[in-house]
Amino acid sequence: MAALRHPQILLASDLADGEVLFLGANGWERDHRRARVARDAEEAGALAAFGKAEIAANRVVDVYLADVAVGADGVPTPLHYREKMRIKGPSVRLDLGKQARGAA
Amino acid sequence: MTAHDPALARPNAPTTTYRYDEYDAAFVKERVAEFREQVRRRLEGSLTEEEFRPFRLMNGLYLQLHAYMLRVAIPYGTLTARQMRRLADIADKFDRGYGHFTTRQNLQYNWPKLVDAPDILEALAEVEMHAIQTSGNCIRNVTADHFSGVAPDEIEDPRPTAEFLRQWSSAHPEFSFLPRKFKIAVTGAEHDRAAILAHDVGLAIVKNHEGEIGYRVVVGGGLGRSPFVGKTIRDYLPRADLLAYLEAIMRVYNRFGRRDNKYKARIKILVHEKGIDEVRDAVEAEFAAMDRSVFSYDPAEFERIAAFFAPPPYEAPPAESQKLRAERAAHPAFGDFVDVNVAPHKAPGYAIVTVSLKPIGGIPGDATSQQMRVLADASERFGFGELRISHEQNVILPHVKQDDLFDLWKTLDAAGLATANAGLVSDIISCPGLDYCSLATARSIPIAQAISKRFSDLSRQRRIGKLGIKISGCINACGHHHVGAIGILGLEKKGQESYQITLGGDPTFSASIGEIVGPGVTAEQAPDVIEHIIDFYLAERQEGETFIETWRRIGHARFKDVLRREGEDGADI
Amino acid sequence: MALISDGRFIEDGWRRLADEEALPKSGKVIVSLARLGHALEHFGPDAAIGAFVPNTTEPAALAQALPRLGLISIAFPAFADGRGFSLARLLRRAGFTGELRASGRLLADQYAHALGCGFDTIEIPDDLAARQDESQWRAARAAHARAYQRGYVAAGSILEARRKAAAK
Repeated sequence: MAALRHPQILLASDLADGEVLFLGANGWERDHRRARVARDAEEAGALAAFGKAEIAANRVVDVYLADVAVGADGVPTPLHYREKMRIKGPSVRLDLGKQARGAA
Repeated sequence: MTAHDPALARPNAPTTTYRYDEYDAAFVKERVAEFREQVRRRLEGSLTEEEFRPFRLMNGLYLQLHAYMLRVAIPYGTLTARQMRRLADIADKFDRGYGHFTTRQNLQYNWPKLVDAPDILEALAEVEMHAIQTSGNCIRNVTADHFSGVAPDEIEDPRPTAEFLRQWSSAHPEFSFLPRKFKIAVTGAEHDRAAILAHDVGLAIVKNHEGEIGYRVVVGGGLGRSPFVGKTIRDYLPRADLLAYLEAIMRVYNRFGRRDNKYKARIKILVHEKGIDEVRDAVEAEFAAMDRSVFSYDPAEFERIAAFFAPPPYEAPPAESQKLRAERAAHPAFGDFVDVNVAPHKAPGYAIVTVSLKPIGGIPGDATSQQMRVLADASERFGFGELRISHEQNVILPHVKQDDLFDLWKTLDAAGLATANAGLVSDIISCPGLDYCSLATARSIPIAQAISKRFSDLSRQRRIGKLGIKISGCINACGHHHVGAIGILGLEKKGQESYQITLGGDPTFSASIGEIVGPGVTAEQAPDVIEHIIDFYLAERQEGETFIETWRRIGHARFKDVLRREGEDGADI
Repeated sequence: MALISDGRFIEDGWRRLADEEALPKSGKVIVSLARLGHALEHFGPDAAIGAFVPNTTEPAALAQALPRLGLISIAFPAFADGRGFSLARLLRRAGFTGELRASGRLLADQYAHALGCGFDTIEIPDDLAARQDESQWRAARAAHARAYQRGYVAAGSILEARRKAAAK
């Protein structure tokens, strides 16, 4: 099995409402803590393929894999600061976005 | 009867801006229905995302970092109290209770849903507003001087021209699939407050030797990855030829603008690569070949539009208000506000008020729905129900009697809208940046907030004087950093946000693009570096010199040296 | 390929001739720009000739052929590439009165733009036609009762409507 440089999760945007989604064990999640982590290229490929099918099914747009670090609790944290923003919301309005709903 | 009288302000108030006729109203209504149908087809799959995207964009809807974003057009930055109230209502009903005023005089909502977008557009259409062509590879919102119609240095109000062009450019059959976006700005005064030299086409209203009104036409300005100052393609274009000439420019651009590379697709690249002379030849040849009689300018139509922008029924108070004088003396904070945020008006006894949307440490350009309603009410109480949005992300009340300034100030102050910093160093222009925007490479708002707090002391700001800091969160330069006296560009360097500082930008008729002053700095370092730059300016400036004047006189190298020396000392820059 | 004319899918009366195919003696045949000169010389009087041209074609290149062409088909390499709209306009201005066809992955939502610029017909791939039925094309064409622009083929411009109303 081909190795990944880093474990990965799959992100997308909900077509109807634009919110950031993460592919979980059983479909899309709005909380990154429930994202399924791919640890090798095959798993990552499977995530990406599911994402592609979901685009074709007109449920999501803008699907991509992002590198994460996985904590002892199994929770993935994105490595790049752009995705760190996406799991939370605007850093200048802590009352808005996922962070306001107790996510991350 | 004074402007305080509510009866004067309400339903029979004179219009001071364009009002839709049945055809304009039908057009936006049809557009809403068309978009509603496009959304339906997208959701059910007969349109793919790639196919839907240009039409989504041409109705102002972006997909951003956390959510969709809807950009509502505020044509030439002018809106009525009723329209401002509707913007507030939409913010409450469909969004999170606030909106962001932009550097192109528009308003952005950051949290709309695609499924709600048609209803939002319908709510806008009810008050003669829309989001048509605020994005996409088409002609965008035609912007204009935010002091239109009221500035003492005005030759002619540019807004009739802007409205004329708005209609001409709406759903244009030939020019809706351009190589890239196309931005037009119009100015009509001796000083350019619309940054026309930074636009794809800039129009300056001028008079010829016979005193006839016409336009100086500039093309190929633009910021972004490759900033350019626009070049004059025609020193004088008669008004009658405006539409035909613009058609010629658009046709040349549509045919010959590059389509192979998104970053080389603006008309500024065409002008840069071919040269202004070759572009001018092509435009003039096309202009000459047109059958102008077929679609040429109709002076009656222009006059019909211009009539909407006639001055409101000003009273005739004395040129200098004694009441104002007394109130200033009694209230120093109010005096500051008058000194900084109030500009002279062409009508005696009146004033132009800039309402700053840059409270110290606040988010530049944001307004809550509550604040929008306060502004709507204030415009009716104190100014014929008209407001402007400047490209500097502030709100203008353009028709305030000097006698009413104190009451207005108290009203604004109670709503957190009386920050006396218009044009000062804490009146920072900032794009939304990575806090909101999916194109961004770094955050911009926190930098603005930190600098604003560093310079919070008003007397210090007044000592510094007018100084424009402009911040962009990526190379697309929506914060107009290239034309900031001090510009800041947020980039990514080695996985961290890094800020590149430029000096010497100028958006006016003496336009120039800023020059990089040193290596990128971190967010923590940025306020210190800005402070060093400004301290150096203060040390070097001669009597009354603005920042840009000092910079031009002593040279960019001196500023570079100062920052480099600070770095070499190991000082914490 | 499917052909839209007046809001309906119709049979194509023209045939696109590949460059390596021999010129037939009669019929309505569309040839590439490269072959046009030869076709005009050798095609019999019973034949109708059309040209399939890139959207970067200079109108002057077709000037001589214009009176003899029954059709010009302008390629749209991508639906967002709007050069064909300007080319159509220029060809009409040059006096072309035959059928102007837009050929590519155009969307129903561009029907009004195409008609406005002088196109008569739109030719699209079958997979696209499957997703965009006639009702979508007709709805798109009817989306706006009037256009703001003058001098474009349209139901009528808003300016003309305003003048008429003012004259009353």
